[in-house]
Amino acid sequence: MENKHVSAAVRKKDAMQLLLGKPAFMEDVTPADALVVKVLRSPHAHALIEEINTDLAKKVEGIVAVYTYKDVPQRRFTLAGQTSPEPSPWDRLILDRRVRYVGDGVAIVAGETEKAVNTALRRIKVKYTVLEPVLDMHTALDHPVLVHPEEDWVSVIPVGADNKRNLVAQETTSDGDVEAVMADCDLTFTRTYHTKACQQAMMETFRTYTELDPYGRLHVVSSTQIVFHLRRIIANALDIPQSKVRVEKPRIGGGFGAKQTSVAEVYPAFVTWKTGRAARMVFSRAECQTSGCPRHEMEMTVKIGAMKDGHIRCIDLHTLSNTGAYSEHGPTTVGLSGHKSIPLYTGGLEAFRFSYDVVYTNVQAAGAYRGYGATQGIFAVESAVNELAEMLEMDPVALREKNILREGMVMPAYYGEKANACALDRCLTRAKEIFGWEEKWPVRDMGNGKVRSAGVAMAMQGSCISNVDIGSATVRLQEDGTYTLSIGAADMGTGCDTILSQIMAECMGCKLEDIAVFGADTDSSPYDSGSYASSTTYVTGKAVEKACTQLKANLCAIGAQMLGCTVEEVEFASTSVRKKDGSAEVSLADVANKTTIGNNTSAQVTATHCSPVSPPPYMVGMVEIELDKETGSVEVLDYKAVVDCGTPINPHLARIQAEGGIVQGIGMALSENVTYDEKGRITENNFFQYKIPTRLDMGKLQVEFEASYEPTGPFGAKSIGEVVINTPSPAIAQAVARATGVWHRTLPITPEKVLMGMEEA
Amino acid sequence: MEIKLTLNGKAVTAHIEADTLLLDFVRARGCLSVKRGCETENCGLCTVLLDGKPILSCATLAARAAGHHVQTLEGLQEEAADFVGFIADQGAEQCGFCNPGFVMNTIALLRENPDPTDDEIRAYLAGNLCRCSGYEGQLRGIRAYLDSKKEG
Repeated sequence: MENKHVSAAVRKKDAMQLLLGKPAFMEDVTPADALVVKVLRSPHAHALIEEINTDLAKKVEGIVAVYTYKDVPQRRFTLAGQTSPEPSPWDRLILDRRVRYVGDGVAIVAGETEKAVNTALRRIKVKYTVLEPVLDMHTALDHPVLVHPEEDWVSVIPVGADNKRNLVAQETTSDGDVEAVMADCDLTFTRTYHTKACQQAMMETFRTYTELDPYGRLHVVSSTQIVFHLRRIIANALDIPQSKVRVEKPRIGGGFGAKQTSVAEVYPAFVTWKTGRAARMVFSRAECQTSGCPRHEMEMTVKIGAMKDGHIRCIDLHTLSNTGAYSEHGPTTVGLSGHKSIPLYTGGLEAFRFSYDVVYTNVQAAGAYRGYGATQGIFAVESAVNELAEMLEMDPVALREKNILREGMVMPAYYGEKANACALDRCLTRAKEIFGWEEKWPVRDMGNGKVRSAGVAMAMQGSCISNVDIGSATVRLQEDGTYTLSIGAADMGTGCDTILSQIMAECMGCKLEDIAVFGADTDSSPYDSGSYASSTTYVTGKAVEKACTQLKANLCAIGAQMLGCTVEEVEFASTSVRKKDGSAEVSLADVANKTTIGNNTSAQVTATHCSPVSPPPYMVGMVEIELDKETGSVEVLDYKAVVDCGTPINPHLARIQAEGGIVQGIGMALSENVTYDEKGRITENNFFQYKIPTRLDMGKLQVEFEASYEPTGPFGAKSIGEVVINTPSPAIAQAVARATGVWHRTLPITPEKVLMGMEEA
Repeated sequence: MEIKLTLNGKAVTAHIEADTLLLDFVRARGCLSVKRGCETENCGLCTVLLDGKPILSCATLAARAAGHHVQTLEGLQEEAADFVGFIADQGAEQCGFCNPGFVMNTIALLRENPDPTDDEIRAYLAGNLCRCSGYEGQLRGIRAYLDSKKEG
């Protein structure tokens, strides 16, 4: 049967309100007269606070409170938005006597006006004992200086962490005899790749409003992807029961994983809990860049074993990941660098090994950013495969066709899961066609100092954290025959409110506009892990499907009662409940009304879903660049991508996800740099220096879909949100190597590096 | 200090601090569409029209608007509604936070150049950052609107 709502490119339910600039975001919908909250930031990468004097600050007119490490609860917690118990060790206090990076919190100031707060911040006198920082991730492990020497540091679940070694996680996994297979290969080589602590750079910075509700509970309105985790994190941080906390999200001005960490919330929450006053904290862009939660900087060493005919038999990958000063998402992001890169070559692989170390250093703590480690690992593995193609003088597409994962294969490097739905081969074929690979692969000298060249990369991701992530949906028939859909997932612009409504409309056979969708509020939404790990469509979508099945059954029971027959004799027919033999029916409107009169069967159903597998989406990206040999600048001319996300529930929204992800990936490849000075200060603390792509920097994009059907997903859907950021870096690095003969293994590939690379070569 | 200006067609007289930014001034007067995305004049989110010309309200003192006409998206709903549906049809609004600045600058573009080429659109809107959409869908939306006008 043809789907009516699933696979329809409908508008997002909130699109027009957003485009017309209606009040929707935290600062628009909360009282502006709340206390202004700001945090005094450490100027040192590593120091102990010897004395802190807040007397003068407190005397500033309009200042209501100044808090230091002496005022906060002494129970460590993590800001990572993860299912409890969190893999990220508990290493934070709201404020600590030891400051661990330039930008770490030193004091919280709350006042009536921003001016007063700014004045008070300047009047806090701090005497530090400046300590030697650990700034180089290569020397962090077993460094004599410890980032977290404290005795009350806790690693709650075994991830291989040891604070007395600056170690946040460590593991080795393998399959097959790596040494033996490598020894038997015609060719082995090792390369090291390095990616930076890129910023999510969502347009709306971190921000939170807090107040006490009429019950004296803490009501939090925050720009967050994780309302339920946030409730727990705040309760842990303040050492109060979760029943005292309510978290609500308004519209979110972009997240990309940034808002999967509780970056801003604990500060205003603490102020409101202590003072009883409403409070608001809005991060500046500079604060967002230096006290946020960027991508984990990683260095990946890849060894590949292959035959002369291009058969890739063995991959050995070691990742060194830098979590910075705190552990958020450190033990988990790193896993994806191997588990979501190596399986792309399952077709030919006889053995693999993947090992990693995640270390603490005295730089900004990392967090979750779209791609979550896979982006880094795919840059390394895909670049290494492209280098192999060069060594073997093979077309890199042909090399991939020989080795790739195909539908039905079991992936030893991906937790032994089977690729039930995999159109990676078709993505490769289609990308070649639409890109014009045969014409564009040869390097073309344009005769004006400019060279055109091409590159290719593949990618995969997951569709949830298997056996962990939980999605729930509450569906309800209203008195007039319309529906409500309540979710705990967070639409951060991605359109999940609309996509989940499309799934519900398909299940119930109703109009999309007959569904009122609401999310998310910990008091009224059903439990959901939150919107991350590419899970919302796949996991919460399935919960919607389950809830609708049960709701239909309940409505049939009510209808059968009205028709005076058994429930087995009736069926749900969208606008009515009718007898299967066609002899009688009762309209949905009448059933709806009946639910409110003398009725004992619920017209409201909550269903929950968790998946034992995490089916990967796949993608192929191809790029054509023009490189200026005079200046080293790289212009992206054309980017073609073909994505297998299973069934695209909303093709327009899936396309925009892909285009947006590609452009972020282009930024990571070419311009988004994060560098530190000798004191550990970040240079790129604003949009002048941290260059995200403008619409002049991304060339022409074209995205197509090669659908597969994932049997465990709603209507065959997998995910799309993250996989789309993974191909630009390796594809562009290859195109630059083709144009210049130099492989750039450290991102971003700036004009300076390209030029210097050519001079050295 | 006291300033007088016209905000979305209404005369406003206000006492302000000399260092009040136009962005904060208009937000305090209910023009909540105007957003702050950076502090360095890089993102375009705070774009408003000053005597019909697009400016960055984060880099303009409210005092500089004294005696002038300031328009925000609140005052240009009909003109915006004419084309934003085409952006919505692409799904290119995404999170929406950059939308008002982008829409304001698109209004200015279309007033100046009612029939722009794709490259002219990209160039005019280059100062309006968007982290979600990848820009291509916004371009498709504007193009679809322009085509629909030609088809009449």
